[in-house]
Amino acid sequence: MNGLKNLFTALAAAFLGLLAGALLMLAIGANPIEGFSYLFRGGLMNVERIGNTLATATTLTLTGLAMAFAFRTGLFSIGASGQMLMGGLVSIALGLTLHLPKGLMLPIILACAMLAGAVYGFIPGYLKARFNVHEVVSTIMLNWIAYWTIYYTVPTYFKAEYLETESARIPEYASLKVPWLTHIFGGSFINLGVFVAIGCAILTALVLSKTTLGFELKAVGFNRHAAEFAGINVPKNMALSLAISGALAGLAGATYYVGYAVNMQIGVMPSQGMDGLAVALLGANSPVGVVLAALFFGVLHSGKGFMSAMTSIPPEIGDTIIAVIIYFAATSVLFTRIWNALSSRFRKKA
Amino acid sequence: MEVWDMISRIFPYAVAYSVPLLAAALGGLYSERSGVVNIGLEGLMVVGNFVCAVTISKLQPTLGQNAIWVGLAMAALAGLVFSILHAVASINLLANQVISGTAINMVAGALTVFLARTITGSGNVRITLGFVPFDVPVLHKVPILGPLLFTRTYATTWLLLAILGLSWFILYKTRFGLRLRACGEHPQTADAAGINVYKMRYAGVLISGALAGLSGATILVTFSGEFNGTVAGLGFLALAALIFGNWKPLGILGATFFFGFCATLANVSQVVPALSSIPGLVLKAFPYAVTLLALVVFSKSTQAPKADGEIYDAGKR
Repeated sequence: MNGLKNLFTALAAAFLGLLAGALLMLAIGANPIEGFSYLFRGGLMNVERIGNTLATATTLTLTGLAMAFAFRTGLFSIGASGQMLMGGLVSIALGLTLHLPKGLMLPIILACAMLAGAVYGFIPGYLKARFNVHEVVSTIMLNWIAYWTIYYTVPTYFKAEYLETESARIPEYASLKVPWLTHIFGGSFINLGVFVAIGCAILTALVLSKTTLGFELKAVGFNRHAAEFAGINVPKNMALSLAISGALAGLAGATYYVGYAVNMQIGVMPSQGMDGLAVALLGANSPVGVVLAALFFGVLHSGKGFMSAMTSIPPEIGDTIIAVIIYFAATSVLFTRIWNALSSRFRKKA
Repeated sequence: MEVWDMISRIFPYAVAYSVPLLAAALGGLYSERSGVVNIGLEGLMVVGNFVCAVTISKLQPTLGQNAIWVGLAMAALAGLVFSILHAVASINLLANQVISGTAINMVAGALTVFLARTITGSGNVRITLGFVPFDVPVLHKVPILGPLLFTRTYATTWLLLAILGLSWFILYKTRFGLRLRACGEHPQTADAAGINVYKMRYAGVLISGALAGLSGATILVTFSGEFNGTVAGLGFLALAALIFGNWKPLGILGATFFFGFCATLANVSQVVPALSSIPGLVLKAFPYAVTLLALVVFSKSTQAPKADGEIYDAGKR
């Protein structure tokens, strides 16, 4: 019953988001049916575009899992953007300095990006556990510290040949893109990160449902005081949960900066961090839900460019739809009330 | 003497940079004192920035210089209206205030650029009109303070300082202020004492929206001159200032100026030889790092409103 309720909430929020998009299209005098058909065709019409959708969904899946993992422990980390940046910085730094065969290079990059994210996630976790500093505030601060770190580190140490505002391009042997995968998907941005994301989704599901660690983390999320009474070390679990969440976001950074992209631009706070919040909310914090939500947002993101090229509708409609979906997912109590009213009426009849 | 010369030259810029931070942080103060966390400040600032830019570019031909003031007023109004979204979600619909605030940030960023593209074709709105800095008569001749505080000032600076004073008076000397603060500390008790918690929280959020909108407009008419879909994290910096200023008007004034000064130093450090030895990273990241540190140091004695961020559900007492 709970699963059905979550599905209803997610679908209602997604529907309202799309409806808001349709109204906006109408407001500027465009045809919504035409707009949406281009939007979805832009994300799905051929293997290349499907590949791009999957590549976008890769990063979103990982940031979504990062958010969901922290949520399950009752923590509200919005630090995925900063952790992504740190994971990305480490990936780019290794890619530009190490000279190893690809088979050795990629595991090292992924492991180090994960570690960087984990360390950057552990900081708010430790501050929360030890000093009771609210994780929302500390992660906001850390996001901006990461932002400025990139802003000054990249031009100083990893500058591109001509541009001051981005890093040099990573060599082929440091990229998650592999010829056979690129070939199958007609030259799209898809890369090995897609397997990393699927692997992480499965692993997260297993950890949460089958291990003692997962049980303890969820117990802390359900009721912190009860968990403490039952002998669970609450501070340790909080710090651990945010570190794992950070590790996932760090991997997301690697899949974006050395997978989807080939370099790192400065002065950009990656939007995937906050989109991860939308993914986790819409996916009701379950790994399967996260993957599905990430695919949906992947379509919106990779289709919006095509839509704006074919119509007069600006591409920001995609981001607006996502934002409206978050808003309605946050106000899900509305749909829960509707659902409860509907289901009680249904039960009376039966 | 060289140092003094440099400081007196940087100071007016630092003040101009701090003023929008002050406006937004004061907005955050009203909201959080009423018990609603508003991390949507950044988005509300973008809304104000956009509406002010559009208003000025439309009205400039007919109203001339007065269009700026109309733009400021419209920006505050737009911020207020937009913040209703946050108020409804976090007060009536029991939404998580952080999620709702994040949604506000995302909607604002995307929607304003969307509208700007349909209005101007590009995602930017440039204005050719803005406040011209002026020297305050007589006072700018006062030694030391004159060059620092009364030279090259903007009208908005004085407006915002007046709002700061007014805010202090409202929060600490009026019945409304006392009630607002009560709702942020212990809403159940406030309710039992006959205060309408929902109404007070609405007031807090809407005032924060208006001030954030004004803040975004201030950025536009003083130092930026262009809407481009972002206020570059100043909303989050204002949030940091609110926390670093310990949720108090004067603390906020100190914090915003301190942060503004750091940011200005970082911005000019490339052209001022004396500063180029300090890495820009240190200056830019400093406000955030020092806020984190303050949170740790004052974690035992924090002055944060006790019910800050808590959903008020009248059924749960």
